[in-house]
Amino acid sequence: MGDSGKQLIEISDLDYSRGHLQIFKGLNLSIERSKITAIMGPSGTGKTTLLQLITRQLRPDAGTILIDGIDIATLNLKGLYKLRCRFGMLFQNGALLTDINVFENVAFPLREHTRLPNRLIQHIVLTKLHAVGLRGAADLMPSQLSGGMARRVALARAMVMDPEILIYDEPFVGLDPISMGVIVRLVRKMNDALGISSILVSHDVQEISTVADCTYLISDGKVAASGSPDELQNTSSAVVRQFMHGMADGPVAFHYAAPNYAEQLLGRDTE
Amino acid sequence: MLREIWYTLADFARTFGALSLFFVRLVASTPQIVATRGGLIIKQVYNTGALSLVIIMVCGLFVGGVLGLQGYSSLSKFNAEDSVGAFAAFSLLKELGPVITALLFAGRAGTALASEIGLMKATDQLSAMEMMAVNPVSRVLVPRFVGGVISMPMLAAVFSVIGLFGAHLVAVDLMGVDPGAFWQQMRTSLEPSDISEGIFKTVAFGVVASVLAVWEGYNSMPTAEGVSRATTRTVVITAIAVLILDFMITAVFL
Repeated sequence: MGDSGKQLIEISDLDYSRGHLQIFKGLNLSIERSKITAIMGPSGTGKTTLLQLITRQLRPDAGTILIDGIDIATLNLKGLYKLRCRFGMLFQNGALLTDINVFENVAFPLREHTRLPNRLIQHIVLTKLHAVGLRGAADLMPSQLSGGMARRVALARAMVMDPEILIYDEPFVGLDPISMGVIVRLVRKMNDALGISSILVSHDVQEISTVADCTYLISDGKVAASGSPDELQNTSSAVVRQFMHGMADGPVAFHYAAPNYAEQLLGRDTE
Repeated sequence: MLREIWYTLADFARTFGALSLFFVRLVASTPQIVATRGGLIIKQVYNTGALSLVIIMVCGLFVGGVLGLQGYSSLSKFNAEDSVGAFAAFSLLKELGPVITALLFAGRAGTALASEIGLMKATDQLSAMEMMAVNPVSRVLVPRFVGGVISMPMLAAVFSVIGLFGAHLVAVDLMGVDPGAFWQQMRTSLEPSDISEGIFKTVAFGVVASVLAVWEGYNSMPTAEGVSRATTRTVVITAIAVLILDFMITAVFL
């Protein structure tokens, strides 16, 4: 590790636009080592985009992202891949490779980055699949899995290299209550037992409250609030209260910007 | 109007430049991938080559049959029907074999490559590989490109051989051309340079068809419409590129 300080990831003055739409305007955020950090916010605020910026799948317009003291913008491809070997990422849709079965999907990073014997690879893969409850599905193809099962396989794949940093993009979507409970406990257990640092992007206020050590609420391109889930629940900020309590009325508009409804129905030009 | 033409030309030059750099990147990675990922290449030779065999053989048989019929019909007017073997061999080895195989290859294997890569992109599989520190160019693109380049000459050879069989079937077995004359005329007329021209064309068409399919898939928009558009563009652009290249190679070999 380049820096053994408390902060694992530090984001400073981050700007990012997609076309004419500015997604982040001077975002500042830091993620502590060995903690579970949740990133929350209304739809379209750029939570997934933030994960893509942290992993340099995207490049910011301005600002810096330091991981363990390393400015990721300065890394060449080799350096970037070396850094990414320390990451595990669960994609929103699982992103399993569709031409190989569940077992081979989980074994994929091991086969690519290690020279472990087949027997050991089998042992590791089955252990990870057992942890997500899908050891029995090892021979199935991704097309034979439900959405929730595919995400659990993707979680096993994200864990298989025992990464230092695990990134979860909407990990609770499509999971039944039993699977969700198991996965929440698994995330917590991995973090505590292995000292992994976890970054969670989710809308699920209730589950985040039970698992996260620190929560950032992003709104309007900036951090609207941060703190423990309890602190956010009891905040006086109108934006935070509206989001945490799921209220329809408040500063965050439910409707996308649109012309006057009545005028539009009457066919009058409102521009 | 002039400005639009200028923008179109500039856009074409930009795309051609990017495609050339992409091609150089694929070729530069090829030796390492051949050495370390031979299994993936063999799998792609099977996907692009073996799975295209039926369509190639059926088309080759009927194209050969048509050559037998047309050759007999035209040459018999000059009492030269014995030359139908040479006529079919010239047509198949130098032109029809490489060109029709390349067009069929673009329609069967090229579209499969472009849509597969496009769908991998749309479903985040390529991003997932990037995040697992696995370069998708090495793991996905180069094996498909090399597999296509290897398959295309073999398919063209099968097409030409089956085509000659079709021509023989029609000219000799149906129309009554003397079999000895059919083969003898072919042997005396064909020069090694005719065969090498055909081989050169199949390799060139294989490179063009494979790189265009991989390029279109990799640069497709990650949506259903984007993948569909990439698939269509693969066939259209490959067909145009193959026919232009065919003219250029023929002109050089003359």
